[in-house]
Amino acid sequence: MRFDTPATTNPIDQLRVIGKPHDRIDGPLKTTGNATYAYEQHAAAPNAAYGFILGAGIAKGTIKSIDLDEARRAPGTLEIITYENAGPLGFAPFIPRTAALAGPRVTHYHQAIALVVAETFEQARDAASHIRITYSEEAGRYDLAAQYDTAPIAPDYILGPSEMRINDFDGAFASAPFQLDETYTTPPESHAMMEPQATTAVWEGDQLICWTSTQGIAVALGDLAAVTGIPPENIRVVSPFIGGGFGSKSFNHADISLAAIAARMVGRPVKVAMQRPLVINNTTHRPATIQRIKLGANADGKITAIGHEALFGNVENGWQESAIVPTRHLYAGANRMTLARMATLDLPEGSTMRAPCEAAGMMALEIAMDEMAEKLGMDPVEFRIVNDTQVSPDHPERPFSLRKLNECFRLGADRFGWQDRPSRPRAVQEDGWYIGMGTAAAIRGALAFPSAARVRLASDGIVTVECDMTDIGTGTYTVLAQTAAEMMGVDIDQVAVSLGDSNLPATAGSGGQYGCASSTGAVYAACVKLRELVAETLGFPGGEAIFEGGMVRHGETSLPLAIAAANGELAAEDLMEYGDLFQTFDQQTFGAHFVKVAVNSATAEVRVRSMLMVCAAGRILNPKTARSQVIGGMTMGLGGALMEELVVDKNRGFFVNHDLASYEVPVHADIPHQEVVFLDEVDPYTSPLKAKGVGELGISGVAAAIANAIYNATGVRVRQYPMTLEKYLSELPQI
Amino acid sequence: MKPSDIKVSRRTVLIGTAATAAIASVRPSLGATGDEVAAARMPLSLSINRRSYDVEVDPRTTLLDLLRENLKLTGTKKGCDHGQCGACTVIVNGRRINSCLSLALMHQGDECTTIEGLGEPDQLHEVQSAFIKHDAFQCGYCTPGQICSSVAVMDEIKRGVPSHVMADVAAQPGFTETEVRERMSGNICRCGAYSNILDAIMDVGGATS
Repeated sequence: MRFDTPATTNPIDQLRVIGKPHDRIDGPLKTTGNATYAYEQHAAAPNAAYGFILGAGIAKGTIKSIDLDEARRAPGTLEIITYENAGPLGFAPFIPRTAALAGPRVTHYHQAIALVVAETFEQARDAASHIRITYSEEAGRYDLAAQYDTAPIAPDYILGPSEMRINDFDGAFASAPFQLDETYTTPPESHAMMEPQATTAVWEGDQLICWTSTQGIAVALGDLAAVTGIPPENIRVVSPFIGGGFGSKSFNHADISLAAIAARMVGRPVKVAMQRPLVINNTTHRPATIQRIKLGANADGKITAIGHEALFGNVENGWQESAIVPTRHLYAGANRMTLARMATLDLPEGSTMRAPCEAAGMMALEIAMDEMAEKLGMDPVEFRIVNDTQVSPDHPERPFSLRKLNECFRLGADRFGWQDRPSRPRAVQEDGWYIGMGTAAAIRGALAFPSAARVRLASDGIVTVECDMTDIGTGTYTVLAQTAAEMMGVDIDQVAVSLGDSNLPATAGSGGQYGCASSTGAVYAACVKLRELVAETLGFPGGEAIFEGGMVRHGETSLPLAIAAANGELAAEDLMEYGDLFQTFDQQTFGAHFVKVAVNSATAEVRVRSMLMVCAAGRILNPKTARSQVIGGMTMGLGGALMEELVVDKNRGFFVNHDLASYEVPVHADIPHQEVVFLDEVDPYTSPLKAKGVGELGISGVAAAIANAIYNATGVRVRQYPMTLEKYLSELPQI
Repeated sequence: MKPSDIKVSRRTVLIGTAATAAIASVRPSLGATGDEVAAARMPLSLSINRRSYDVEVDPRTTLLDLLRENLKLTGTKKGCDHGQCGACTVIVNGRRINSCLSLALMHQGDECTTIEGLGEPDQLHEVQSAFIKHDAFQCGYCTPGQICSSVAVMDEIKRGVPSHVMADVAAQPGFTETEVRERMSGNICRCGAYSNILDAIMDVGGATS
């Protein structure tokens, strides 16, 4: 099926199952420990040997020698894989750009030097400690700020041109009665998902099966083939449950290639879970940015000039954390300038992390908007409303498919009690705490990519959905069951869902908050075909049958759906493809954040007291799981505002705080009650379900809302994330 | 391997244990002693989820790896293996611990409850049901630890175990959101389900208190 004209009325609009807050259908498995993740495949690989990764102790240089003698003699050692015996390894076409196995070159700290395979985990760990490596270490480039004056304009990339100038930005900014010109920094951040990268690899003849923790089955399979040279048709990738990813598992890391190679070498299954202290430097992170924002406005609050320059760094040809992206879509302003510059660094590779580009960009842009509102003497909500646009500001010929950002702000302000916000900073003090409120907009692209699914109807009336889509905590199992139930006119408990297996039809996977629209669109297409098959089997003219309550009705005749499969299962498969609607229309999701904080007047400790987000994100297929996605983004954004920072050792070239104790993420005590409101809207331009995604919208803008609330509470403006207290404690009044 | 196969000497136990305790700094020379280290498995009897187990374990094996690898009880998760994330939380003799920070051999005669011992998909524990009702999980990887902690936290409050947020540590703690948030803060949920986890715990605690 091809989606190239706006959706009209279809069976989804009945909203019997879709739009209802169904509990997750995988809940009973996950809450009882019966959901098995990549490293837990005892049934499939009962005799798996254990792989333990040895990470490089330098950031850049060459391996001079590897002495494996003692490690090979260690009890239980089966094999040690290094560049000297692994055979030639290739690269994935996109990410990562760095090698899965170092040697002789080392290109980043904790890059895998060796995989020790042993009978037990303890033996593998012990043997790894007996490997002796010597290096020839080289100086590297580890300091982004040091390249602020010299870094070139970023190469052209998938995100659009690196430089755009519309009308006369410089002239308009120079002549604007109100001007803002400030620089903001965001640090490197870590995905820090709870399950580390892990793979169990099993060879059956020349066929390789990898249980791995991945967000996208097809990418994992293709990239594994590219790196190892194993023909893709000989590989099966399985990933039924994934312990979080947030972008880090959009691409393969060392575990899968090394497990596959090791299993072939030792002639038995091998499983590898990357040790937690290696994850941060061995895999990828959200790169740091330095952003300069210039705003010019008239006294009426209308922006006349908007400029956003971002510097980020990465390995050569690596992911571009182009923080300017949201500025190209968010606010009106006739004279515009966006510019992305890229430094080459020898740090571990940067990659996509939840709302790449938007998350970092909005951290800066939405503080700048708060600062400008203050200069203008306007309410920050009103300032944003005044600068709304219904056409894509860089391309006025391109309208938004649906943009209700102002409605988000108005509804949110009302519900949050925004009218009580102190208009002057540091105006409210309660029991030794300064109280403040902050707001920020949220924006994140709404895409859908080609995806396929198969739907089967069995003689007992059970409908089974099958595709290689992953559920990384997103609620995918549940929304796909809801989609099939709605389309086939059955209850959700009549639907089974099989995901995460390359033997099933290929989808776009999870990422970029496109997974929901893409995979439900695929199930919709397959169900349309299955409905035709059912109607034909029952002798009903095509297109006129009504599927409802487990029955299929045509005119006066009504037959149980299951009857259609009485003489054998019916199955239908289809690929949903997309036309150019996403080019004709700027398709985005929007939201407004409202945050209240308390800052201790003596210690400057910040407590976030309440958070509200109002979202405009198309049809919400399951408000319960969608809300969880949004509060998850808000929580991660709170971490970005207050605590998350990978600290760079600028001499040795690595992230110092590379574990879950020293890379601080929010815990229970940091998070207040979080409220989420979804506007009741449908967007017919995005997919037949008129749905978008919400997995990344929640993190967009929220850190700035917290920063703005801290300013409102204290009167101290901090432009360097995270907002740790040493950055403003000295600015607070003496007590 | 049967118990009669074990040939344990004091020396081999010490070598095996040292290798775990100080992996970065202590590297016992192997060579001739290698086979002895390989044989250093020790007997252990304990109860897990009301079932008795008599096993032999490498002295370096953590309680977590005993559960996940030796006994194939993979409901308990390994998130960090360093006591930093709480995904491996289990209840031993009525108290919650990070099973990754505890060697299996330290649990001779202990009674251990894991997520598998709380309930099954068709017979859920009330906390498991509440987690589903309040959507108190997403990826599910921290969930067994969150649930084991929740069960233990409710008991700790009942038993009057003090916490950091109590104004008076000698007083009986209340079953409040502040108490629960504080006591649950050793269990990280990167998906960010905290607000819902709190709702689930308060729901159960409110019903039972």
